[in-house]
Amino acid sequence: MINLDKNYDVIIVGGGHNGLVCASYLAKDGRSVLVLEANNSIGGASATSEFVDQFSVSSCAHWLIQLNPDIASDMGLNSQGLEMAARDLKTIALAEDADHLTIDGDNLEGGGISDEDRKAYIAFNKQMLKFCKLLAGAFNRRAPKLVEGNLTDRLTLAKLGLGMKMLGKDDMSDLMRLALINIYDVMEENFDNELLKGAISLDSLLGSHMGPRSPNTVYGYLYRRMGDVFGYKGPAVVKGGMGAVGEAMANAARAKGVDIQLGAAVSKINIDVDRATGVTLADGTVVNGALVVSNADPKTTFNKLVGLANIETGVARRVKTMRMKGDAAKLHIALDSLPNFTGLTEQQMGQRLVIAPTMNYIETAFNASKYGEYSKAPAMDISIPSVHDASLAPDGKHVMSVIVQYAPYELAGGWNDEHKEAFKNLVIDRIADFAPDLKDKIVAAQLLTPVDIEERFHIHGGHWHHGEISLDQILMMRPFPGASQYGTAVDGLYLCGAGNHPGGGVMGLAGHNAAKEIINRGKSA
Amino acid sequence: MIPHDETMILETPFYSRCLAACEINLWEDWKGYRSAQAYTSVEQEYFAVRSNTGVFDISPMIKYRFIGPDAGAYLNRLLTRDISKIAIDRVAYTVWCDDEGQVMDDGTIFHLGENDYRLCAYARCLDWLMWSAEGFDVTIFDETADIAALAVQGPTSCAVFKNMGFTGIENLKPFGITRYPFEGSEVMISRTGFTGDLGYEIWIEPALAEAFWDQLFAAGKLRGIRAIGSAALDMLRTETGFLQAGVDFVPAEEAIRNGRSRSPFELGLGWLVSFDKPVFNGRKALLKEKKEGSRYAFVYLDVEGNKPAEHAFIYAGNKEVGTVTTAAWCPTAKSNIAFAQVDAKYGKVGQELVAEIYYERELKWTRLMAKCTVVEGAVFNPPRKRQTPAADF
Repeated sequence: MINLDKNYDVIIVGGGHNGLVCASYLAKDGRSVLVLEANNSIGGASATSEFVDQFSVSSCAHWLIQLNPDIASDMGLNSQGLEMAARDLKTIALAEDADHLTIDGDNLEGGGISDEDRKAYIAFNKQMLKFCKLLAGAFNRRAPKLVEGNLTDRLTLAKLGLGMKMLGKDDMSDLMRLALINIYDVMEENFDNELLKGAISLDSLLGSHMGPRSPNTVYGYLYRRMGDVFGYKGPAVVKGGMGAVGEAMANAARAKGVDIQLGAAVSKINIDVDRATGVTLADGTVVNGALVVSNADPKTTFNKLVGLANIETGVARRVKTMRMKGDAAKLHIALDSLPNFTGLTEQQMGQRLVIAPTMNYIETAFNASKYGEYSKAPAMDISIPSVHDASLAPDGKHVMSVIVQYAPYELAGGWNDEHKEAFKNLVIDRIADFAPDLKDKIVAAQLLTPVDIEERFHIHGGHWHHGEISLDQILMMRPFPGASQYGTAVDGLYLCGAGNHPGGGVMGLAGHNAAKEIINRGKSA
Repeated sequence: MIPHDETMILETPFYSRCLAACEINLWEDWKGYRSAQAYTSVEQEYFAVRSNTGVFDISPMIKYRFIGPDAGAYLNRLLTRDISKIAIDRVAYTVWCDDEGQVMDDGTIFHLGENDYRLCAYARCLDWLMWSAEGFDVTIFDETADIAALAVQGPTSCAVFKNMGFTGIENLKPFGITRYPFEGSEVMISRTGFTGDLGYEIWIEPALAEAFWDQLFAAGKLRGIRAIGSAALDMLRTETGFLQAGVDFVPAEEAIRNGRSRSPFELGLGWLVSFDKPVFNGRKALLKEKKEGSRYAFVYLDVEGNKPAEHAFIYAGNKEVGTVTTAAWCPTAKSNIAFAQVDAKYGKVGQELVAEIYYERELKWTRLMAKCTVVEGAVFNPPRKRQTPAADF
């Protein structure tokens, strides 16, 4: 609730998870904080929505894989109602011949996996985890500046540098080599099994505009595996859907004294020459605040809320050149009953299912998107959360949530009803190749293209990471040079969203680090 | 379009007339155009401007046009001056900076009409102008080749125009713009220039360029009119204290080495920076510099003797504190002037410094430690430059 009599120390634009994390830490530091959320539900892209009568689904992110445990415990999310319906799920790579490959931690079963691949996979995991641990040291603090860095920055750099040395000669040179090449080559070096290579490749590029042969995909993979450092041995299904994460965070924030206003779309961040003074809402209400923290992505923040005319050319140019075009769609299906995936038991259908039979399958799917077309045979990440959480659908009925790669934001001819319908049917047909009775069980289906995701979650380009996670857009380059420590060119305006270091995924570290930075800079920040 | 694929060097719309006037065939390349360095003798051309009228072909000058509802707001963010204070039919000298507050270029901004401006620049910068246009409703284009322009400078210039039938031209105030019918079309005249004298610049469509030149020279015959080249202009601008981009400062976008660019304050152009307006490029950095101090100071030096202090080192006592960027013996002011960049703590008006000058006579080099005094500003600044109505010489 907005209390216009309060002189808010901080106004946070956007009630996504990073905004709520940031709000909590700032409130804990004694600041009066207001969170403004445009939608009528909290959590941003960590959302649950009823897409058909009585059928609910996580409408953007659908797995919890990397929520930072320190943040969860600082905020007391468990006591605020956050519950897992299932965790440490396996990933099952679906095979056309129904000899599926199950990935369960270090263990691989089925899919014709060889002993050599089993051994190689254990070694591969060990090395990846080592790299992730190294990166994790730089994740929970602001990205260092390379020049004019102060002591904090130098320590972060020294820690990274020392960490690399400590990896040992072989691993260190491997990291420096791997980080710059692509997942395709790395897979070819390590494994023979196509299903395994496909599944790992898919993890390296979900949500991005990259194919297995694109540079930066190894970093994308490490980024995703960060969850392992945070104690996840596989994806988790949140009870009540991902919206429950937002709800629990909102409860935690409110408990610390944060005011939260839903349905309050910010139309403008008010600026007096070069200092943010507050915000103007869509209904014209002006709310003043000493600081404004934007949880919106950098492009939305500067293009729409600040206005490129109100910042200097160099910054405007960096905003413009940031890469963030979404290439993933979401498909939600309401099911009369559980479909039968050939070769899977009901228990197995509750695991994470992926359709990425070979790396070339994914690369071919990606090819189309480069030219503004959707994939004719897309790669997918499938969740049937109702197997673990009956609250999402009426008794005996189910919901399926699918991340579909690739569906380019800028589709040739645009995402009109005709194109959406055709793509939706194509995706359903493809899933039905693995679950032949699927179509008989469909009550309703909803497709969210990147354009829909942009509209619904106010994310420019519908890119769920708020900007491609690639080496040119990480650390001191995220979101762009000059804004990489959460502060911006506009005094009193901070960024706390996934577009900032360390990045997206429901992790919470961007919001945490932004709060820490604001606190360190003191009241006058 | 400029047909750079068809020729190595372009000709201005006045080229046929410049060619005929250029007795010594001394040409140079000015932003891709063949441009006269001198037509007869530099001294003669210099004195034409100070005593009569000199005509300099400024067609190669880079000209950008800005049209649209946000043109004013756009330029206010781009330039350091407060554009809202420049009325229609007025011109202003200005600089523009990058985000770091370093001068990218200097030039003149013409307010041609409602939401309609022209910027004359030293360097091409369309890329920067387009990047700056994000978020503004403004159309920007390069009109360098679409406008023929002449600088008509000197005490008799007003009289020459009156002879051409431009009645009332004497009432045009400095930095004002007016228009007259010409050959069924129009010529725009602004009371602007780069010589520090009474003078004008004319702007006309290229097809009428030759006709204008012919009528101008016919009208000016008895007033001592003469075409002048860039060498004379350089003396003139030095005498009156005008900086030359690329000579007195390195445009920020062209500077490769760290720290070689300069802020407006470091060029003595702080008066062009208005902090009483919305955000503009460089504002933050310039505010900081204002608070914390500049690295360098720009000074005018009156150098003892008559040897131009070209490329001289400047000393305060035994300490080297700066270098000269421009130097010339100025015949009318009868002073030996130099522009120099010195460390910010030097350069107070009246301060005595020393210039280390090397000069050569018949292969004998001489080193001269010439005393010099920091002076307030331009040494040549006659009342006729500002007087309105302009005097009839």
